[in-house]
Amino acid sequence: MSKYETVIGLEVHAELSTNSKIFCGCPTEFGAPPNTHTCPICLGHPGVLPVTNKQAVEFAMKAALALNCEISRETKFDRKNYFYPDSPKAYQISQYDQPIGYNGWIDIEVNGETKRIGITRLHLEEDAGKLTHSDFGGESLVDFNRVGVPLVEIVSEPDIRTPEEARAYLEKLKAIIQYTEVSDVRMEQGSLRCDANVSIRPYGQEAFGTKTELKNMNSFRNVQMGLEYEVLRQTEVVSSGGTIVQETRRWDEANKKTITMRSKEEAHDYRYFPDPDLVRMQISEEWIEAVRATIPELPDARKARYVNEYGLSQADAEVITISKETADFFDETVKTGADAKAVANWLMVDLLAHLNANNLAFADVKMTAQGLGDMIKLIADGTISSKIAKTVFKEMVETGKEPKKIVEEKGLVQISDEGALRQIVVDAVNSNPQAVADYKAGNEKAAAFFVGQVMKQTKGKANPPMVNKLIQEVLSSL
Amino acid sequence: MSLFDKRLSEIHSALRAKELSVTDLVQASIASIKEHDDKIKSVLHVDEEGALAHARQLDERLVKENEELGLLFGMPAGLKDNLITKDIRTTCASKFLANYDPVHDGTASKKVKEADAVIVAKLNMDEFAMGGSNENSGFFPAKNPWNTDYVPGGSSGGSAAAMAARHFYFTLGSDTGGSIRQPAAFCGVVGLKPTYGRVSRFGLVAFASSLDQIGPVTKNVEDAAYVLQAIAGHDEFDSTSANVEVPNYLSALTGDVKGLRIGVPKELIGEGIDTEVREAVLAALKQLESLGATWSEVSMPHTEYAVPAYYLLSSSEASSNLARFDGVRYGVRADNASNLIELYKESRSQGFGPEVKRRIMLGTYALSSGYYDAYYKKAQQVRTLIIQDFTNIFADFDVILHPTTPSTAFKIGENANDPVKMYLEDICTVPVNLAGLPAISVPCGFSQNGLPIGLQIVGRAFDESTVLRVAHAYEQAAGYSQRKPEWVRG
Repeated sequence: MSKYETVIGLEVHAELSTNSKIFCGCPTEFGAPPNTHTCPICLGHPGVLPVTNKQAVEFAMKAALALNCEISRETKFDRKNYFYPDSPKAYQISQYDQPIGYNGWIDIEVNGETKRIGITRLHLEEDAGKLTHSDFGGESLVDFNRVGVPLVEIVSEPDIRTPEEARAYLEKLKAIIQYTEVSDVRMEQGSLRCDANVSIRPYGQEAFGTKTELKNMNSFRNVQMGLEYEVLRQTEVVSSGGTIVQETRRWDEANKKTITMRSKEEAHDYRYFPDPDLVRMQISEEWIEAVRATIPELPDARKARYVNEYGLSQADAEVITISKETADFFDETVKTGADAKAVANWLMVDLLAHLNANNLAFADVKMTAQGLGDMIKLIADGTISSKIAKTVFKEMVETGKEPKKIVEEKGLVQISDEGALRQIVVDAVNSNPQAVADYKAGNEKAAAFFVGQVMKQTKGKANPPMVNKLIQEVLSSL
Repeated sequence: MSLFDKRLSEIHSALRAKELSVTDLVQASIASIKEHDDKIKSVLHVDEEGALAHARQLDERLVKENEELGLLFGMPAGLKDNLITKDIRTTCASKFLANYDPVHDGTASKKVKEADAVIVAKLNMDEFAMGGSNENSGFFPAKNPWNTDYVPGGSSGGSAAAMAARHFYFTLGSDTGGSIRQPAAFCGVVGLKPTYGRVSRFGLVAFASSLDQIGPVTKNVEDAAYVLQAIAGHDEFDSTSANVEVPNYLSALTGDVKGLRIGVPKELIGEGIDTEVREAVLAALKQLESLGATWSEVSMPHTEYAVPAYYLLSSSEASSNLARFDGVRYGVRADNASNLIELYKESRSQGFGPEVKRRIMLGTYALSSGYYDAYYKKAQQVRTLIIQDFTNIFADFDVILHPTTPSTAFKIGENANDPVKMYLEDICTVPVNLAGLPAISVPCGFSQNGLPIGLQIVGRAFDESTVLRVAHAYEQAAGYSQRKPEWVRG
């Protein structure tokens, strides 16, 4: 084991899903043709002024409260000055020393243990445009649709000790924000982004080691991999007598390593100062409480409810609640009257396996909560067997058809007619004397052979408990 | 007497009586520019076609029965070229924006149009409003109509010179550290800087956002009241515009100053103020006394720090405000750049004049890591002390009165190589901007060499009414606003 302890702090940016941009009236919708969601204000034309979108402030407050932050009663916007073509004013309106939220925390779960990670601050700022470097002519193109979309930046304390914890923190953070519905938090669309500060120090040392900043990790997996690589790299440097250079490094996904982007000497002096175009904001207790009242049940509370009300295990409840979509689907399915544990099982085992195997997102699933509930009830009342249900489930996920319809169309109704099944069992026993002899000689496995025979004969539709019962009866009556 | 010497009510009567049309007024304005502006170079671009078309529309409304006419109906106007005007070139007198045609109107432009005034031309100024002489115009300097060897002041030099030449019925300027009041004083016209937040800054190309304010330049106080009435008020597009009720400014012009308490800061009437200027202001005080006002000497102990604090704060904000002029989306784009950094450097080097570059460098330095506390933050602390100086005086006085400038207009080129000397000339005007207060400059006499002297009246925040009332009462008694340069048609 390494004699070095890893110290990680994460900076997460989440785009807020307000209707309009933070300082002008342009829409924020993703995917419009380039430069169609722009106006003189977000394009930074001469003489324009920003006006704060109140919804953006409320969304930021909501996220901050959900992350257990305190809310600044007085706050302001500052200018972060830097030249780059994606920044039309050549400064970003951000918050420097009076963030909307500060002093928060979230609990994460790693290896069955709960750990609290501190959140230093949550502040509101505007997003930049998007640069595309074209292949022909060496031109760079800029799309200003994204410029001015509101963002929150959430900075964690350096409380994270492993890349795995970092990933758990991100997943939890994403879940909480998703529950509050202030952001889509989609990493692949860039509405959730993550940078990391990493350093190592000998166990027992209090002072932090020199840190590097990691950028360009565009999935949870890449965050974990980038951090793992960087910890190894730093450990090797220090172990071989070298020193860590304070710098910004980029995760190179293709080559699976981090590479130097810029050194500390090249770091920008952003010349922050209060934006004189925007007035200071006073946030009243009433406003805070009004926003707090809009926060729905959050992942931890929902998890506790699943454990207490439905008897789910901590681990199962964690898996279901980490995604709002899954948890909402779970709740809806349970509402149809289906057994909660069965619902949890289907979602966690079968649905996740299906999504992973086919590289699908939850949104691609066509099955309805009503459908899953009905299917579970069909199993409970013996209409279909659990085994048949797997077929029904797959069809339901892919087509969204009602389970009853699938069962009818495919003739999957379970055979629970005792008379008919008894005849099939008797036939099987009569035509397999050797197996009967084995059974009589005390070989219990022979009974299983007969179950297989019956299932084969009925194409799997025989009611399994009934088959077992009949086989025992027929064999013992011989 | 020229058309534009008449009172607004007289012109409106003549319009209604069909003795005059808006087209006549606009044509008179254009003719004045064409015939005389070569002397003073106050105008950058004339929108002849647009102005005449607008005039025809207004004339059509004039013949309709019961048609409600705007407050400034038919009045030809000139706007300082840092006020954004839809489809009319707006350059801030900078080569950087030499070909910039805005796609939208600023709030002030919109409001004067809504009041049925006609925008005829855009006016010369110091580039991006940085300067006090108009010598920093990126195109050509404007000149003082009283003596064209002299500067008209700045940065709204074009707005003041054009009024002295009676090109327009009114002009708009902007005032960051005296840029309306100082040229008004130099050109013998009336210039009003409203309270910070009284007039929307949306559409004013920002120099220093926490100080900038748009205001009227007129030939007399009554006209200033009309124009302020039209442009004042809260604007949802400017969060620093104040949601404060706009009173009726015309009804404030009562001529009555009985019992008015005037404070005169000793720091702005003694050493450093030219004798002729001091005497003219003392004479004005006597005149106000004779009308029933009283005055006492007061002190603004932090005055000496106002100019350095002003230059640090305004330049800091300017360094950030002018960063958007990067050659990427509009304005000058250097064609000899081989990479991004060169594009920035070359475009900005080619587009900006020396004074603008000087202030960007000063402001960038003041905001830099390690210097912020010593400069920007310190200057903000000084600002607080200056606000306190004003608050202390306004506890006992209704207005503060002192010269608008320490001396009358200087010769073109006289101060051009000494920026610090030029900056120190702002001592009488910058404290007002730092405190965000309303102030007016009215003519109060002439120097021996025939150049106008300005009297400045400063009021409490949002109390433009008192400022206008005092200025109007004085003006009526003194009569200097009637005067204009001899060559101006009459």
